[in-house]
Amino acid sequence: MSKEAKEALKLQADVLVIGGGPAGAWAAIAAAGQGASVILVDKGYCGTSGATAPSGTAIWYVKPEEQARENAMMSRMDMGGNLAERPWMQRVLDRTYHNMHQIRDWGYPFPIDETGGPNYISVQGPEYMRLMRKRVQKAGVRILDHSPALELLSDSHGVAGASGINEQTRQPWRIEAAAVVIATGGCAFLSKALGTNVLTGDGYLMAGEAGAEFSGMEFSTAYAIVPYFSPVTKTALYQFATFYYEDGRVIEGAGSRRGRSIIAKTLLKEPVYARLDKADESIRQSMRKAQPNFFLSFDRLKIDPFTDKFPVTLRFEGTVRGTGGINIVDETCATKVPGLYAAGDAATRELICGGFTGGGSHNAAWAMSSGYWSGEGAAQFALKQGTNRFNRNARGLSEFSGVSTQADSSKSKISTDEVIRLVQDEVFPYDRNWFRSEQGLTASLGRLNQLWLEIKQGVRADEGSRVGAREVAAMTATARWMYESGLARRETRGMHVRTDYPERDAAQHYRLISGGLDQVWVKPHTAPNNGNAEEAVQA
Amino acid sequence: MIEILSAERCISCNQCVRICPTNVFQEVENDIPIIARQSDCQTCFMCELYCPVDALYVTPNADGIEKVEESAVIEDRLLGSYRESVGWGKGRKSTASDDESFLVFRIARATN
Repeated sequence: MSKEAKEALKLQADVLVIGGGPAGAWAAIAAAGQGASVILVDKGYCGTSGATAPSGTAIWYVKPEEQARENAMMSRMDMGGNLAERPWMQRVLDRTYHNMHQIRDWGYPFPIDETGGPNYISVQGPEYMRLMRKRVQKAGVRILDHSPALELLSDSHGVAGASGINEQTRQPWRIEAAAVVIATGGCAFLSKALGTNVLTGDGYLMAGEAGAEFSGMEFSTAYAIVPYFSPVTKTALYQFATFYYEDGRVIEGAGSRRGRSIIAKTLLKEPVYARLDKADESIRQSMRKAQPNFFLSFDRLKIDPFTDKFPVTLRFEGTVRGTGGINIVDETCATKVPGLYAAGDAATRELICGGFTGGGSHNAAWAMSSGYWSGEGAAQFALKQGTNRFNRNARGLSEFSGVSTQADSSKSKISTDEVIRLVQDEVFPYDRNWFRSEQGLTASLGRLNQLWLEIKQGVRADEGSRVGAREVAAMTATARWMYESGLARRETRGMHVRTDYPERDAAQHYRLISGGLDQVWVKPHTAPNNGNAEEAVQA
Repeated sequence: MIEILSAERCISCNQCVRICPTNVFQEVENDIPIIARQSDCQTCFMCELYCPVDALYVTPNADGIEKVEESAVIEDRLLGSYRESVGWGKGRKSTASDDESFLVFRIARATN
């Protein structure tokens, strides 16, 4: 790694999109469609980065038929703690329907089902994201790969761009933009859940420094079932599994959906094994065709998951498969900060799934819908700003947190690897994060707040690791927003489980908004909830 | 984790350097690229899909380094097996059109 300072690449655009997964790609295409000039930066490579690209994912695609839509909206309402909002679900179902037909027209090879027409309820990630990259380029968007954003820029009028570095050339970049879309995904705390190691909450930290707020950060306890060695998080296929103790007895009540907590509780004491023995011969080939990389792992280890028992564990997926994120304040996915928009897993998904999401389906629909709206909204905002929109003498916002964009060279500072380990120790264990209590959360927050202060003094980069000081700070900040929100929700709702408050409390039927850097705060959302009026009335 | 970059097969196109989302590979002037930061590999298998000559092998073991012999992997027909199964590469057809998730979801619903 060369230490010499290179001159920064300086660029201007109406809209800067940070993150090149599905949400960012849709945002860039939609913004360009409005006539805006657009740059997309990705910390990895737009097309392979993020949770979607390496996996197959279901899509919350429902034909515009009244009963089917109604069933789709109500099916997860209760599981999500009645926090989803019907108008948002309706618009996401509409937008997803249009976008899926759009990618068919762009050439995505959907399978043909028994109706003789294309079936739209899933996509293969590699194919989908390779296509999206092509369409982003075709829309005239400039893509900067391997170019993480390190901080947002702003002036008194709002957000004005971002700066970062190209990790391969070490050249810094600075992009002045009239509007910025944060599509950086959630935070999975480097758990290696499939494709998530680029998802370290970077966008949360940048948005937090700009003064944006969060919603639903307590809904961040998602763990996926994986073979103990494997990154491949395909929990849906475990609907065909039976779970076993080491001695071969069946673990009663264990399952991939509601029975996942039984697996967690068992894993706290002893190993758990699975076998996909509920899948009969006729469905096995279909499963292989649906999830090639799930079977790739088994084939390479010469395990037959249909006939052999294999050890499983639960890999943490944090807010990637949680539902909380940056709070959005209107239908364009704007945040409360002028010029700043949020989309995909970086934004809260409570609007369509409340406090629970069973898998990729809703998140994928949200990514393509919120991506589209945020790009359109950001472009319209930018194009209204007039000809001086780029020359704003904007300054970097990292000073608001005090977390430097540069690693510290002093040996006395805490190292990136040390921070990673300390944060993972707070968020990975089931008995801290999944099964939460006031005592546990308070103790974790004490340590995390101390760690935050230490990070502000500077972080030393470990040799040979690409994870930077800002990323480990973002993970720490994310854990603090998660746990302060978890502490404030004194009930069990959605995926948030409090062992000291095991029941749902109708008086807490609201979203929780949070924010702050040195002082994290949490408050109930004041707007009425459009999800389920009944519970609000009971309250 | 990424374990094999076959010197015999690699044509120095550096496609792996470009597309790896966690920047594991590094270009080398007048030579084939190297696996420069193995511990940053997140085991997403994307490099195997983008390698035009099936020179890369990722073990399904995400957490640890596991020595594997190139000859054994070739013998087991595993080098390039993922690219073949998704139908990427010259003369192949993407298997996205064979995606039977809709059948799997339907039967899963009926089973549970």
